[in-house]
Amino acid sequence: MDLAAIILGGPFLAFALLGLVPALRRSNWLAPWVSITGIFASLAASVVLVWRFLGDASPQVHEIVRAPMTRFPSIRFGILLDGLSVPMLLTVSLIAFLVQIYSLGYMNEEKRGSLGRYFTYHSLFSTAMLGLVVAHNTLQTYFFWELVGLGSYLLIGFWYQKPEASRAAMKAFWITRLGDIGFAIGLIFLWSAGGSFVFSELFQQADSGVLSGTMLTLGVAGLFLGAMGKSAQFPFHIWLPDAMEGPTPVSALIHAATMVAAGVYLMVRISPLLAHTPEVAGWVLAIGTFTAFLAATMALVARDIKKILAYSTVSQLGYMMAAVGAAGPVASFFHLTTHAYFKALLFLAAGSVIHAVHTNDIFYMGRLWKRMPLTGTYFLVGGLALSGIFPLSGFWSKDEILIDLWVHGHGLAFWMLLITAGMTAFYMFRAFFAVFIGPLKAGPNAHESPAVMTFPMGILAILAIVGGFAAHTVASLFEHSISAPAPHVAAGDPPGFIPFLGVAVALAGIGLAWLGYQVRKFRPDKLYAAVGPLGKVLERGYYVDDVFLFCYRVFYLGLSAVVGWVDRYIVDGLVNFLTWLTYGFAQRLTRAQTGRIQDALYAIAVGFLLLALLAWRL
Amino acid sequence: MTVERLLLLSFLIFSIGLFGVLARRHVIAILLSLELMFNSVNLAILAVAWHQGWLTGVLIVLFGIAITVAEVAVGLSLFLLAERIRRTTCADDLSALKG
Repeated sequence: MDLAAIILGGPFLAFALLGLVPALRRSNWLAPWVSITGIFASLAASVVLVWRFLGDASPQVHEIVRAPMTRFPSIRFGILLDGLSVPMLLTVSLIAFLVQIYSLGYMNEEKRGSLGRYFTYHSLFSTAMLGLVVAHNTLQTYFFWELVGLGSYLLIGFWYQKPEASRAAMKAFWITRLGDIGFAIGLIFLWSAGGSFVFSELFQQADSGVLSGTMLTLGVAGLFLGAMGKSAQFPFHIWLPDAMEGPTPVSALIHAATMVAAGVYLMVRISPLLAHTPEVAGWVLAIGTFTAFLAATMALVARDIKKILAYSTVSQLGYMMAAVGAAGPVASFFHLTTHAYFKALLFLAAGSVIHAVHTNDIFYMGRLWKRMPLTGTYFLVGGLALSGIFPLSGFWSKDEILIDLWVHGHGLAFWMLLITAGMTAFYMFRAFFAVFIGPLKAGPNAHESPAVMTFPMGILAILAIVGGFAAHTVASLFEHSISAPAPHVAAGDPPGFIPFLGVAVALAGIGLAWLGYQVRKFRPDKLYAAVGPLGKVLERGYYVDDVFLFCYRVFYLGLSAVVGWVDRYIVDGLVNFLTWLTYGFAQRLTRAQTGRIQDALYAIAVGFLLLALLAWRL
Repeated sequence: MTVERLLLLSFLIFSIGLFGVLARRHVIAILLSLELMFNSVNLAILAVAWHQGWLTGVLIVLFGIAITVAEVAVGLSLFLLAERIRRTTCADDLSALKG
């Protein structure tokens, strides 16, 4: 409990200090350290917590507030520390800490005051993300879910002078909000049928059959909709590539490692419910697989290094979703963790390159290996891990997912994700060869980034290499925590060829990239021309953006026009008519007010006469 | 002559006076009409006093006439001054106090 308080309190205190004391925020050297101290406290407490948990992995629940409003006894706030949230706490606080350190170097050109703002937002985001991880009920999750959305919005739009950045921030906010409507509806459905917001109670209700049928299905589907928005699943994936307008460390922390994983985290958290709703699980699998495949194809043609990584993130999130849908929450969570490390590493390495050459286009870089050996090595490590090369962490987690899909008999998903793995390796090494090995195009002044940037990358690189060996620890922690473990189909041992197949496909992808972009055995641009309009379709992201824009123009603006007409002519018309009536009446009445005494006397006389008449008649 | 007829006459004169006050615009005409109204009231009091043998009524009327004379004198002098200063004796134009 004390540890949880430190974990949540550290960044929150930093946020409050920076937010409330302007002098502190404006100081360029003090503000970062306030924030970093806060997140370091979290990190230290998380490490201690994990250490304790390795000894005793029984879940702990601490109710902080039990119904401040006695009229709503089901509204409770509490902290849940179990095998799912504790490793996640470590991941989040570690990456947040490293990214903040890295930001010291990356953001060194910021103006006075603006750096403080950056770190204030970072602290806010860390608080919200850690709070989301430890939430023990859906309502609290929703609360912090929205707060991380706010943090993401603020940080994407950090360079608000850039119109694209503020537009991207707005887009990210609205698209995720679209999913969050589903989240809100879903948690209300679950509450009205199960009578509780608390996860463990919902699981009990579902196991005992109280919570079942349509309400359960709709509730879980609603939560999945929220997860789709946050985790950028098709068709809500469109915000994530645009979110790359934010500073690169922000992309690493929020749009690769932590916040976008929150959707997957939620699905893993409610996986016992998912086991009761096979229809929704089927959708999760289908959408996850489809997203993984689709995003990978888009990454094949992207030229912006951050866009490539963004599509790759969408693709990997699709993997995780697919694993949850295929009743493999352990594999999903494991991949989430390893992905957090190597994708954060890739983003930080990309940021280091961008910082050096001041462009995002991979074909304007080249031969950076000599100038930036550390960054190049780290990017290579991240790329190999992402491609799933033995024995790096990505290999283990991707392998788990593929095995899960195979043993549960999802053949189509298995083959699609296998092809995706090949594409992943191809686009990662396309970027690697173009940036680090290929012919020099620009950036003669490029030089290695300072230690403050390479040091966090080094730590992440180590984790990306060895992270895979924590698989069994993660799995064992997990088995203790989820009260009703997902029903494993009693399949035999997974076939032994899957790991070899995965590595072979990845190597094939790397080899293809080598042939195309390094030794130029074939010309990718000719291939691009050969497929004709398909390349254009990929570059435009399958026109999903345009579909959204079309919906916006036709449905939203159409509805707005109708509503606007009704408001202008019916609602306002009524009011205007009443005004006109009153005004006209008043105009007539004012004529009686001549201001002449004789007229007043006249009125008195007439009135008196009338009174007299009345008195006489009665 | 019965008291009813006298009262009726008084009412008639009062009404003529009221009409004059309401309809005329010349201040002296208004003042004259006021006098008519005043005297109609005097007439009514006298009629009642005569009919009832009520001597106090006659006294009231006498006092009233004296006061009226003074009032007319004040009014006429006001109008004379108004004519000199404002060059008008039309009631509608003497509206300096109007808000």
